[in-house]
Amino acid sequence: MFLRVLSDIQWRAANPKWRRMTSSRRSTSTTAEPHPVSLPAQAQVVICGGGITGTSVAYHLSKMGWKDIVLLEQGRLAAGTTRFCAGIVSTARPVSIELKMAHYSNKLYQQLEQETGVPTGYTKTGSLSLAQTQDRLISLKRIASSLSVMGIPCEIITPKQAVQLHPLINIHDLVGAMYVPEDALVTSANVSLALATAASRNGVQIHERTSVSHVTVQKGRVTGVETDRGRIQCQYFVNCAGQWAYELGHSGEVPVHIPLHACEHFYLLTHPLAEPLSSSLPTVVDPDGRIYIRNWQGGILSGGFEKNPKPLFTEGRNQLEIQNLQEDWDHFGPLLSALLRRMPGLEALQILQLVNCPESFTPDMRCIMGESPTARGYFVLAGMNSAGISYGGGAGKYLAEWMVNGYPSDNVWPLDLKRFGTLQSSRTFLRHRVMEVMPLMCDLKVPRWDFQTGRQLRTSPLYDRLDAQGARWMEKHGFERVKYFVPPGKDLLDLDHSKTFYKPDWFDIVGAEVKCCKEAVCVIDMSSFTKFEISSTGDEALENLQYLFSNDLDVPVGHVVHTGMLNEKGGYENDCSIARLSKRSFFMISPTDQQVHCWAWLKNRLPDDSNLTLEDVTWKYTALNLIGPRAVDVLSELSYAPMTAEHFPSLFCKEMSVGYANGIRVMSITHTGEPGFVLYIPIEYALHVYNEVMNMGQKYGIRNAGYYALRSLRIEKFFAFWGQDLDAFTTPMECGREFQVKLEKGMDFVGQEALLEQKQNGVYKRFTMFILEDHDTDMDLWPWWGEPIFRNGRYVGKTTSSAYSYTLERHVCLGFVHNFDEKTGEELVVTTDFINQGEYEIDIAGQRFQAKAKLYPFSSLFTQRRRKDEVELSGYQTE
Amino acid sequence: MCVCPGPRRIAIPVRSSRLPLLSDAMPAPAHLFPLIRNCEISRIGSTACYCHHRHLCCLPSHFAHSHFRYAPQKKFAALYRPKENFNHFIHTRDHASASQRFYLTPPQVNSILKANEYSFKVPEFDGKNVSSVLGFDSNQLPANAPIEDRRSAATCLQTRGMLLGVFDGHAGCACAQAVSERLFYYIAVSLLPHETLLEIENAVESGRALLPILQWHKHPNDYFSKEASKLYFNSLRTYWQELIDLNSGETTDVREALINAFKRLDNDISLEAQVGDPNSFLNYLVLRVAFSGATACVAHVDGVDLHIANTGDSRAMLGVQEEDGSWSAVNLSYDHNAQNEHEVERVKTEHPKSEEKTLVKQDRLLGLLMPFRAFGDVKFKWSIELQKRVIESGPDQLNDNEYTKFIPPNYHTPPYLTAEPEVIYHKLRPQDKFLVLATDGLWETMHRQDVARIVGEYLTGVHHQQPIAVGGYKVTLGQMHGLLTERRARISSVFEDQNAATHLIRHAVGNNEFGTVDHERLSKMLSLPEELARMYRDDITIIVVQFNSHVIGACQNEEL
Repeated sequence: MFLRVLSDIQWRAANPKWRRMTSSRRSTSTTAEPHPVSLPAQAQVVICGGGITGTSVAYHLSKMGWKDIVLLEQGRLAAGTTRFCAGIVSTARPVSIELKMAHYSNKLYQQLEQETGVPTGYTKTGSLSLAQTQDRLISLKRIASSLSVMGIPCEIITPKQAVQLHPLINIHDLVGAMYVPEDALVTSANVSLALATAASRNGVQIHERTSVSHVTVQKGRVTGVETDRGRIQCQYFVNCAGQWAYELGHSGEVPVHIPLHACEHFYLLTHPLAEPLSSSLPTVVDPDGRIYIRNWQGGILSGGFEKNPKPLFTEGRNQLEIQNLQEDWDHFGPLLSALLRRMPGLEALQILQLVNCPESFTPDMRCIMGESPTARGYFVLAGMNSAGISYGGGAGKYLAEWMVNGYPSDNVWPLDLKRFGTLQSSRTFLRHRVMEVMPLMCDLKVPRWDFQTGRQLRTSPLYDRLDAQGARWMEKHGFERVKYFVPPGKDLLDLDHSKTFYKPDWFDIVGAEVKCCKEAVCVIDMSSFTKFEISSTGDEALENLQYLFSNDLDVPVGHVVHTGMLNEKGGYENDCSIARLSKRSFFMISPTDQQVHCWAWLKNRLPDDSNLTLEDVTWKYTALNLIGPRAVDVLSELSYAPMTAEHFPSLFCKEMSVGYANGIRVMSITHTGEPGFVLYIPIEYALHVYNEVMNMGQKYGIRNAGYYALRSLRIEKFFAFWGQDLDAFTTPMECGREFQVKLEKGMDFVGQEALLEQKQNGVYKRFTMFILEDHDTDMDLWPWWGEPIFRNGRYVGKTTSSAYSYTLERHVCLGFVHNFDEKTGEELVVTTDFINQGEYEIDIAGQRFQAKAKLYPFSSLFTQRRRKDEVELSGYQTE
Repeated sequence: MCVCPGPRRIAIPVRSSRLPLLSDAMPAPAHLFPLIRNCEISRIGSTACYCHHRHLCCLPSHFAHSHFRYAPQKKFAALYRPKENFNHFIHTRDHASASQRFYLTPPQVNSILKANEYSFKVPEFDGKNVSSVLGFDSNQLPANAPIEDRRSAATCLQTRGMLLGVFDGHAGCACAQAVSERLFYYIAVSLLPHETLLEIENAVESGRALLPILQWHKHPNDYFSKEASKLYFNSLRTYWQELIDLNSGETTDVREALINAFKRLDNDISLEAQVGDPNSFLNYLVLRVAFSGATACVAHVDGVDLHIANTGDSRAMLGVQEEDGSWSAVNLSYDHNAQNEHEVERVKTEHPKSEEKTLVKQDRLLGLLMPFRAFGDVKFKWSIELQKRVIESGPDQLNDNEYTKFIPPNYHTPPYLTAEPEVIYHKLRPQDKFLVLATDGLWETMHRQDVARIVGEYLTGVHHQQPIAVGGYKVTLGQMHGLLTERRARISSVFEDQNAATHLIRHAVGNNEFGTVDHERLSKMLSLPEELARMYRDDITIIVVQFNSHVIGACQNEEL
């Protein structure tokens, strides 16, 4: 209650209606009270949830000029998780978009008190992240690199320097630390109240003690909100219900799947020290000890993320569970040990309370924002993974921009609700997954991490066959995909020991698979890719697709087209391959995690025409990718059909027989730039075709391969992948794909204007390939993604993906180069000359490696094995 | 330990209500061996025995731990083994290097504790366990070499119900072994309806396959004597033939059946020894069985009907979970020894008044035997003439044994001893969670209340370990840390064991004054040399039967 007591309620003064209510409410808190202000019958926006996210969304929406907003809170403002949260604003985040949100929040909270007059308790204390191991120090250095290039002060310091910043720390087991001087502490409830105050001044109506029972949706659009105090008609609904967001999402007739699950979270409050701690002492984060420690009223506040979290509310809101939210000292024991190990001087400090504050977690540790794929106007901002205060401000801003402008000012795909589908919405899945996610908050985040829980949900029919042959698996959108195959007799390190920032233990295994792709033939099961079929009775399919996709789809039947699905700004919403199966039907291959997003995008833009059908056929086909020069031989022997380039040119699609199975859709693409085919096999034939291919392939040296080999191949060929390199803020012009756009054909399509403008004025960033020069693969840290790129010593951008090229025997990084004005920092046009005339360095955890920039893939290296009419690649060169 | 005052205590150091096992005798258990080296033998002997028998309040005799106590003539060399060996042991230790001090590692301790553990889970049918018994855990820890305790468990196949029993032998293990093999057959046969008996008899008569009567649940170490099986079978057959002839036509009453079976088996043991056997091995065996003794504590569970038949000083105890989640113990047997007034009274009424003073001396029957009821022990049952005749005609080994030849003093009106059990009936309730059957080795070291708590917390996964709440009290981080560490240690000892009986033995042997298992102490108690072990502890045999509250609750509802 202390936090609540502390919180001033000045914000109410701004609104005379609130003043009237306040007195009556304070006197009787337990009995139901009359609501003097009745709910409006309609509003443009209804926000459900008066915590930090809800008030932040209201604040930003009202700032952006939307006035007709109603915020509903079932209890009192800032009374849920927000009230209990530890109030640490920390910008040290590994994911770039999260870092930006936290940075913005920090700046916002800093001036909030001045803006609103509500004391927020904002204190710039700085934060110290401690490293007990070298690996931890590497991960801190990586974060430090990305903070620095954003202009956020930050330094890696020695343990001795750390103890000077915080005298209570025991540094004997430390190898280093990261100091972020501008991190801050706030009284979280007050921040929320301040945001509410400002919003209310801007006209937002706030109603406490009003709970939303469900949201009504008609024809795929939000129409209104049912509350316990009546109905409000609205165009937009924002679900900021925190840990209840899942339930609220499921309460309506059209369920909105918001995959999050609550876990108990504990922190400790103490009485003041004999000599009270200074309120300016930095917050200490000891991830190896799984704890954080901040000063709190002369004493400390310390919590953590234990290895064995306690999930709750699995079966929905449960009064019994809520009442049982008690201190659990036995559970907190290990964290207390870690605390006393870090600050042994606190032994005699007296305990005030152990606070149990449920936090909601998401399946991938990133928050959830965006519009529902099933109900337009239904927005969500929830699942803050215990960083609600750090992200709240920035996340609210992005969501408000999204609602007002149609899309936020930055790429928020990593946080987009549509990265999830119904498949992540199982309560069992969520319960198991969040038990893994919560400890992960403190675990070392190494490259190529795979979740271990909630696995084997979607699998290819070949799963068992591949598994028996030594497959190691990763998961994407619930689908199990092979990373690589461990040869018999070879053992890899166990999960914990394989964590490294250096050369991984599978290096030689993947090398052998790549070699086989180059010299013989490999099979990769690529069934996870999203597959849609679009067909019509007339020409509607072609007409609509021509408008929605940037490349010309009016190609002869049997041709495959690489094309972007662009937004109005010309950015990639999706990057796909579309095969024209017949005059009136198209088969579309997109990345695995596009299943929900692409579906929603097309559904919202295709006319409601019964002649036009869009079908998700992902589950119907098993996809086998045959990569390598001998793929031709294997396939022609199995089909008795000539597969040579004359008969089956690149980017071609044909239904044919393979073995006994007929109707196999064979496409001459491999997603890597290597020669080969992808076979789309109706699932009942999958095992048969796989067996035939493997038997026949034996004499050509066939072997199984996994996605790591595929990655290495596509990156050395400078192939961009959507979701990794491409996003909604990248246009074809910026990544050298102008040849995939029908600009010259005089056809109207989404994003055309923006592209034309870019064509005329030039681009402000350019997708570039870097070859690390002085990087020792065995001894040096490996690049991952997100490494800063320096041109002539100045920061110009970040990498988006990287891989070791077994052909070049060098690391290859892909990334975007910007041209920031030296004085103003303004973005200038990036020309080919700008790229070519620079000395480049890539910063890996603070260490810079020389890199050679290239705008086009190496052609000479690969030509000897490439067929002349390799359209897939030649396109790049024609630009 | 309590770090804050007031009713809502933060510290809940459960102080064991029982006295500490060794600490009374020695300043600190950590110095067990040095102390032995430095002490006079007699003092150690007496203190050790004192510890052992503090519940029994018996004399600080060197032999008090044994069921027998013999006249101080010191003429039975065999009986003095403990002391002599003890003497010897101390002697050698004296010359051993002072630094020779070894501890068992936790895995070594576990391998000793778990060597004899056995678990049985009643199989489920169609996903439902229809038996009121979920299963049982049993274990035994020897102190004697070889161990004199026995255990048995079996499911009755021709009638419903399950039989479980512990048997504590004395003066050797022969009698306990025989009883553990035979008693359940006698009980099962006593329970069988007339038709089934006829059917079995006909099968035997015509050489057809016999209906199985019992399904045994045995640990590989629980052996049955092959040589005697024919002899035992013949005796059993004679019994059921008599039952067929008697055919009372009444439905079999469990209490009656138990009493009859006990008495009949003891009678058969006695008869077999009197008659002898042409096979010299068997002849010697039946004599050893008859001249040694055994107590028995047997449970028969059938639905909600629980019968306990007890002969001697093993004990049955019911673990009851109260509404507040705490555990309490309900005794389901009475010890037949000098501490039991009714038992003393019974013995006295069975013999002339002239013997009143000599009947019970030093809390022992005729000054010798601790249990007042037992199988075997024909020395307390046969007339002097019969004893002499049997011994003289018996094999040489028997004649050489001073003990068998020894006639108890003041032996005027045999029999002084009976195997007739005392039967207690209990109707199971849903709050009755488990039953503990154990030989006196356990009950000497642990109070039944502690047994109930330890098993209860073990079976419920320590869910009911009282949570700690700070409330408004002054607790420092350091104090809280110490408290949590101690609680964790207690929980971790629970998870070391997959068997409730093992867990109980761990506590019985290793508990320190705070009621938590002390590894150092456990290690020392288990590494005592054979000769010395018996001075510090008795054989321990435990069966923990877990009940199915759902089935019991359903049975109750049906009756309502």
